Amino acid sequence: MSELILGLITGLLFGALLQQGRVLRFEKQVGAMLLQDMTILKFMLSAIIVGMIGINLFVDLGVISLKVKSTVIGANLIGGILFGSGWAVMGYCPGTSVGAIGEGRWHAVWAVLGMLVGAAVYAELYPAMKASVLTWGALGAITLPDVLRVSPWILIPLLTAAFVALFWMFEKKKL
Amino acid sequence: MRATWRPYIAGALAGVLAVLSVVLSTRMLGKPKYLGASTTFVRAAGIAERSVAPAHVEGNDYYQSKKVKVDWQMMLVVGILLGAFAASRIDGSFKAESVPPIWSDRFGTKIGVRAVGAFLGGIVAMFGARLAGGCPSGHGMSGLMQLSVSGYIAMAGFFGAGVLVAHLIYKKGGNQ
Repeated sequence: MSELILGLITGLLFGALLQQGRVLRFEKQVGAMLLQDMTILKFMLSAIIVGMIGINLFVDLGVISLKVKSTVIGANLIGGILFGSGWAVMGYCPGTSVGAIGEGRWHAVWAVLGMLVGAAVYAELYPAMKASVLTWGALGAITLPDVLRVSPWILIPLLTAAFVALFWMFEKKKL
Repeated sequence: MRATWRPYIAGALAGVLAVLSVVLSTRMLGKPKYLGASTTFVRAAGIAERSVAPAHVEGNDYYQSKKVKVDWQMMLVVGILLGAFAASRIDGSFKAESVPPIWSDRFGTKIGVRAVGAFLGGIVAMFGARLAGGCPSGHGMSGLMQLSVSGYIAMAGFFGAGVLVAHLIYKKGGNQ
């Protein structure tokens, strides 16, 4: 039971922050894809900077462990391209679609219904995927520090600097 | 909140929330919970299908591997809806909208056209998210926070295809 309550409270806060960041809107999502409004990237990359410092710090302190999704180059890339294509049309990702409904953008209901059907279709085709795409370039649960053989604390400042440089460019170009 | 700083501040706080979520879930539940959303659509689809064809869901490997039940992440997704509702009512930004801007410039204001587009887009997107192993929350935010290789590959696919397809469909006509 505490699992469900913890999930709900986390979601309430996450939903409020997504809404306050103004990332739940179709025009912000598609605006980023049209390279006209980078609001969603500002939100995501800010979260990632804080998150990668915090997560790696607590991992080093032995408080938490990572839960890295497996790298399967074929599946990550082909799935990623399919997701991106559908994302451009519906204008929401799974998390923001439900948030958009909360904010009054009730047309996101169509996107949610489509995604439920898409999940069911995937469940039916999973055996075929498992025998093919899900084996193409399967490298296991790897991280950049594993691959590059460096400490996360070398990569974190470099990535942070790169993301901040992007922010500077976004603001300079008023995106 | 000044408009310029809004996405940065809200995003940074979401980063704090993501870290707190992993720490608290590890302490309270004995397992780390990273933010994510797309697996919930699998479980919700499974719950709906189970009500009409229970044996079929029982026999489906994918549903069995994801466990068809209400879990932490499904409550997170419900929370996102309620949290967005509350926050938008409090600051007055809640707005009932039947067809979004940009879309209406290109395809008009017919609800049916938007419904079909969003529905078909949703099918393709969720199939892709499940194949990739996550969405912009799970692969994007949680993956990149952990410096995961899969997160970077998936995000390149998400944005690469998103930019291309958005330019193809919205750049023609309209007032872009």
